[in-house]
Amino acid sequence: MKFNPKILGFLCNWCSYAGADLAGISRIQYPPNLRIIRVMCTGRIDPVLPLEALANGADGVIIMGCHPGDCHYMTGNYEAERKIKMLKKLIAPLGLAERLHVEWVSASEGARFAEVVENFTNQIKVLGPSPLRQEKLDLSKWEGIQAAKEAVEDFRLRALVARERKIIEEGNVYGEEISQEEFDRKMDDALTAEYIRNRIYLILEKEPTSIKQLSKRLNLSSKHVLDHVVLLRRRGLVTVDKIEDMTPIYSVLKR
Amino acid sequence: MEHRRIETPKIGVFICHCGINIGGVIKVPEVVQYAKKLPNVVYAEENLYTCSSEGLSKIKEGIQEHHLDRVIVASCTPRTHESLFRATCTEVGLNKYLFEMANIRDQCSWVHMKDPEAATEKAKDLVRMAVAKASLLHPQEETEIDVIPSALVVGGGIAGITTALCLANQGFSVYIVEKEAKMGGMLRYLHKLYPTMRNASEVLNQLVNEAKASKNIEILTSSVVKEVKGFIGNFEVAIQKGDEKTVNFEVGTIIVATGATDFEPVGMYGYKKFDNVITQLQLEQLLKKGRLQNLKRVVMIQCVGSRQEGRSYCSRICCMTALKNSKLIRESYPDANIHIFYRDLQTYGQEYEKYYREVQEKGVKFIKYLPEKPPEVSLGENGKLNVNVYHSLINKQIEISADLVVLSTPLIQHEDAKELSQKLKVPLGPSGFFLEAHVKLRPVDFATDGVFVCGSAHWPADVGESISQAYGAASRASIPMSLKRLHTEALNALVDEEICSGCGLCELTCPFAAIRIEETKKGRKAKVIAASCKGCGACGAGCPQMAISMQHFTDEQLLAQIAALAEVKS
Repeated sequence: MKFNPKILGFLCNWCSYAGADLAGISRIQYPPNLRIIRVMCTGRIDPVLPLEALANGADGVIIMGCHPGDCHYMTGNYEAERKIKMLKKLIAPLGLAERLHVEWVSASEGARFAEVVENFTNQIKVLGPSPLRQEKLDLSKWEGIQAAKEAVEDFRLRALVARERKIIEEGNVYGEEISQEEFDRKMDDALTAEYIRNRIYLILEKEPTSIKQLSKRLNLSSKHVLDHVVLLRRRGLVTVDKIEDMTPIYSVLKR
Repeated sequence: MEHRRIETPKIGVFICHCGINIGGVIKVPEVVQYAKKLPNVVYAEENLYTCSSEGLSKIKEGIQEHHLDRVIVASCTPRTHESLFRATCTEVGLNKYLFEMANIRDQCSWVHMKDPEAATEKAKDLVRMAVAKASLLHPQEETEIDVIPSALVVGGGIAGITTALCLANQGFSVYIVEKEAKMGGMLRYLHKLYPTMRNASEVLNQLVNEAKASKNIEILTSSVVKEVKGFIGNFEVAIQKGDEKTVNFEVGTIIVATGATDFEPVGMYGYKKFDNVITQLQLEQLLKKGRLQNLKRVVMIQCVGSRQEGRSYCSRICCMTALKNSKLIRESYPDANIHIFYRDLQTYGQEYEKYYREVQEKGVKFIKYLPEKPPEVSLGENGKLNVNVYHSLINKQIEISADLVVLSTPLIQHEDAKELSQKLKVPLGPSGFFLEAHVKLRPVDFATDGVFVCGSAHWPADVGESISQAYGAASRASIPMSLKRLHTEALNALVDEEICSGCGLCELTCPFAAIRIEETKKGRKAKVIAASCKGCGACGAGCPQMAISMQHFTDEQLLAQIAALAEVKS
């Protein structure tokens, strides 16, 4: 059967949504796979939303806003750019990064809007159906995207990404200046750690499990998994359920 | 955050054919049947034009007869029609925030014209997503803001000056920003104006003097718009005046009257190669200065650089300009032999048609050429120009010699228009001209509230048309300024104090200083300053505790739209 991608777009009211209308007024034809959700500004796009779209089986998610410097609300598109950058890193291990895309399209760029949609649609066609489509659900990826969602709903990553601009421009609370590269490294570490912790939590939520089993399922060293479990215990999220054959079996405490 | 439990919503869906614009592609009856089966939809119907008075009555009847508490119109774009449909809902007592639109024309039928099946499926998806959002809509109350009673007019040509005078005479203060050192725009280069044959300078000087004398008008020449911030009623404008420092002021409305420039036909019909090949604009100058002598034979070629690939539009003013200039030449040189090579003559309206007859009677000859066999201009042995053309009415190749060949070239958009369009966040159309909100319903408005357009900035217009549009734009701009106060959209951020931890990241994120941390009985909490909040939502998307929600674009509503898309089987 022919693959008909399902693509969701979040478009800002002022630039890209208007650009999409202009493509219509100009009768520029483009593939019919995109469904648009209008928001006032791309800055409004909570990182959970694109993940939710992917989790719901969208084959691609595209965010379109005003060109840098043109935001109706001054900086919303920069906010969006940083969040999407973070999300792409977060879902890269799941092989989903190429399904999430951000583009700047102005109100006067009807033709460019059509071109962007066509290119992204073609890219998704090459990638094929999402592994998160209901009819052919890849369970491990589904667990992965759930963990990613939990990670971006948690205040740790949210606070980090919200502070990015401030930290880079003005230094951290101790007045230490931090370069973009250094920040990116810290962000990468935080993303990986939060993602793994959430995967562990979700697995334990389903059934109490040992470190050894966890390390097998997540394809990580036992030492690595143990560090995360210890931290989750300290956060009061995980506890020892019972001891079986000298091996602790962990389970979750409700968040 | 409001978690009001809604009783089961009663949603009505009105699906518009828009004549054949939607109905010619999308199977509207099928979408209506589909909509009827969606959750919470109690009524659905199709309309030939939902925005017509008949269509609007249908919405009102629907609300009253079926007790609808949510209305969806599936038609064009909310950017042009949401306000109309919202007003209709308000008329019969339904809060306007309980209205939702599905864009099945601009973003569906018009862009998938060759694929009716896919367009119909997409329309169903869009309706389903709108229904999902509508079920979760809440009524909202709006706050009021003051409107600054002054306007910025960009461009000091005939349109700009006229619109400025109109507003100034109503008592509003007006800033005219003109990029040239002198006021007047294109009219400064014109000789006489059709059909009255008054001197352009006479018409212009009178208006410029009036503007200069007006105590309500401040003129800034050699100036360009550097930056525009804010919204209708409260725009903050920065003007760069030459090399001097920037001038800052606030206005309530902005009118774009930047006019157009003429296309230079380099490389066409011997232009710039032979001295005697000039444009109509250059001819105006020669006529004005009386520099033309001993004219015996003149050929004018119409549609030079217009109505062809890359510049497909008709510039509208060139036919009348050619007629007028032929008439002037004939009056000065009754023996002059004038040929106008045309593709189609556009002399619309009573006055212009009469004018055309007069010019015909004066002996000007008209030859229809075909775009695929355009005239050719070459230099003859006697130093005269030879124009070769296929005369399509007598089906014959003919040659005419000429002392002067005049090329009628189109008006085109200024190069810097794109920059201005980006600063004002208003669009340019496919031909490069500023694009109005709606060709029939809002011809001098932009979709962005408080910004208007008139004159050739919008489309090639002659003086009469520019003045009419300038009146129109002034009238439209005066509405919010006369009202003095406006309702702002209820799109503010809302903080759930139970969840807010007072971390202050929202304060850091907000570009408008519209949210700040205050000490409350419950500790440090974020507070939204309603009048300053523009509703962008950046604070909510960044809130570590997810304690901030956006009115009318709540997470709940957006998640419902996303989930609705997932229900598609494909």
